Amino acid sequence: MRSERGATLPLKAAAIGGLLFLHIPLALIILYAFTTEEKSFQFPPPGLTLRWFQAAWFDRPDIWGPLWLSLQVAVLATLIALVLGTLAAAALWRARFFGKDSISLLFILPIALPGIITGIALRSAFDIMSIPFSTWTIVLGHATFCIVVVYNNALARFRRLSGSMIEASMDLGANGPQTFRHVILPQIGSALLAGGMLAFALSFDEVIVTTFTAGQQATLPIWMLNELIRPRQRPVTNVVALIVIAVTFLPILAAYYLTREGEHTGGSGK
Amino acid sequence: MPAAVSFQHVSRHFGQVKAVDDVSLDIARGEFFAMLGPSGSGKTTCLRLIAGFEQPTSGHIEIFGETAEGLPPYKRNVNTVFQDYALFPHMTVGENVAYGLMIKGVSRPEREAKALDALAMVKLRGFEQRRPSQLSGGQRQRVALARALVNQPKVLLLDEPLGALDLKLREQMQEELKALQKQLGITFVFVTHDQGEALSMANRVAIFNDGRIVQAGSPADVYERPRSRFVADFVGSSNVLPPDFAAAHGGTRAWTSLRPEKIRIVSPDEALPSGQFGIMGRVASVNYQGAMTRVAVDANGTRIAAALPAGLTAIQEGETVTLAWSADNLVAMDAA
Repeated sequence: MRSERGATLPLKAAAIGGLLFLHIPLALIILYAFTTEEKSFQFPPPGLTLRWFQAAWFDRPDIWGPLWLSLQVAVLATLIALVLGTLAAAALWRARFFGKDSISLLFILPIALPGIITGIALRSAFDIMSIPFSTWTIVLGHATFCIVVVYNNALARFRRLSGSMIEASMDLGANGPQTFRHVILPQIGSALLAGGMLAFALSFDEVIVTTFTAGQQATLPIWMLNELIRPRQRPVTNVVALIVIAVTFLPILAAYYLTREGEHTGGSGK
Repeated sequence: MPAAVSFQHVSRHFGQVKAVDDVSLDIARGEFFAMLGPSGSGKTTCLRLIAGFEQPTSGHIEIFGETAEGLPPYKRNVNTVFQDYALFPHMTVGENVAYGLMIKGVSRPEREAKALDALAMVKLRGFEQRRPSQLSGGQRQRVALARALVNQPKVLLLDEPLGALDLKLREQMQEELKALQKQLGITFVFVTHDQGEALSMANRVAIFNDGRIVQAGSPADVYERPRSRFVADFVGSSNVLPPDFAAAHGGTRAWTSLRPEKIRIVSPDEALPSGQFGIMGRVASVNYQGAMTRVAVDANGTRIAAALPAGLTAIQEGETVTLAWSADNLVAMDAA
């Protein structure tokens, strides 16, 4: 007799195996940030030290440029996505017109398309228009998929808003901006915050689109990729990986708790 | 003195659909005006034209003598009670009521005091800290009313405000709305598809069909003197008699309305006084309804419905009876 709720042994083993497969590499990344051995990853680490944190902070000025660029790009892309994504969601919320579904699909497409396609397409577009690569081309590349998460979150929230509420606000004397500030924004605010945090996290660790739109600049993920190819103080890369985990994981966690009370939407990872 | 609301040949078309089609009407100051009609008849669009949510395709609208077309809702001294109440869920009841005053820039203590007064007026004092989600349907309705009235509008628009309430609450709110309107003297424009509600509450009723006003007048006028078959049928129920039948039984040669409650049953040997007409028929159905009994009588192929006061001699199906009515109660109508 098998209990109704218990899973079979093979299933349990498979589940545990899957979880280990996913998380052991993560744990190793964290572990080797503390290893005393610089050249190779021998297991177990011969000793533990905080030296690499010190090294990352004092001896490696090459980290700061990419970190600063990544933060800049993520913040700018998120801001652009917040404005455009909210506007797009507001426009498509109550409008009924021919081709509405297609336009809605076009908004979501950048996150469904492989990043390499987006990357190549943007690169050729920048070439054709003779736009030199800069921070802004990276920002534009990231904004294409950041808009989607904001759009999805905002649209889901808009759908729960009663249309007559906006009319009621106008009826009570509020003009458009006042209605937005006092009636719409308070009700979609948490959805925008959640969408914005997801967008930030997506942008911060993006590699593929960045590779195609960055020119000579390196964002933090690209810097890490280069470090893996030509290692110098190998554990410092792991320290930076820890920073990346902290910077992306915390906003996603916050976004999860913010939307949990309502319906949960948002683009899953790119 | 200009009317509270005046429509001059107002039309509102949505593509090919004439939602409002050449409507002219005057609503007097202090009037309780009902717009009555089936759904899709244009009554709600008319209300939205007054509120400013719609702009007329053609024609002219005046509110207290001022041209209204082109003005957005927030520049009109008119407030609306919405069908779904449209309360702001992220604000307390007190903040909801004070919203209009806050937008106008009234200071916090003053607007809070006024909101409390408005809530007291709708018997919701003590609810100001609650959220709309914590209120019953009837209470939300009162909040919506207070939120509109606190702005002292020149015209209050009500879009089927009682539609979502159960019967008892509805009757109670009808009484309160009527009393409130009398007390405040504000012009109320009330949209409903419920003829009983329109007749019992309004000073004047406009009946809409297909984007046009087919008849307007006092409730008694509209009920007693329907001008068309549509009005006779829509406002209460009525026997619509064909021209020949009407001419033979006391009326003129026109489609004629005869209200069921104006018909009585007489004994076959009773001599009818002058001005009274009668017809023999077979009782096809008897429908006991408490306060009255509705009887359908088949008189030579014409079906006539009569509403008889309760407590009269029991009538059986299949029995032959004589129906009688006074010629005064036959109302000739313009249209079939």
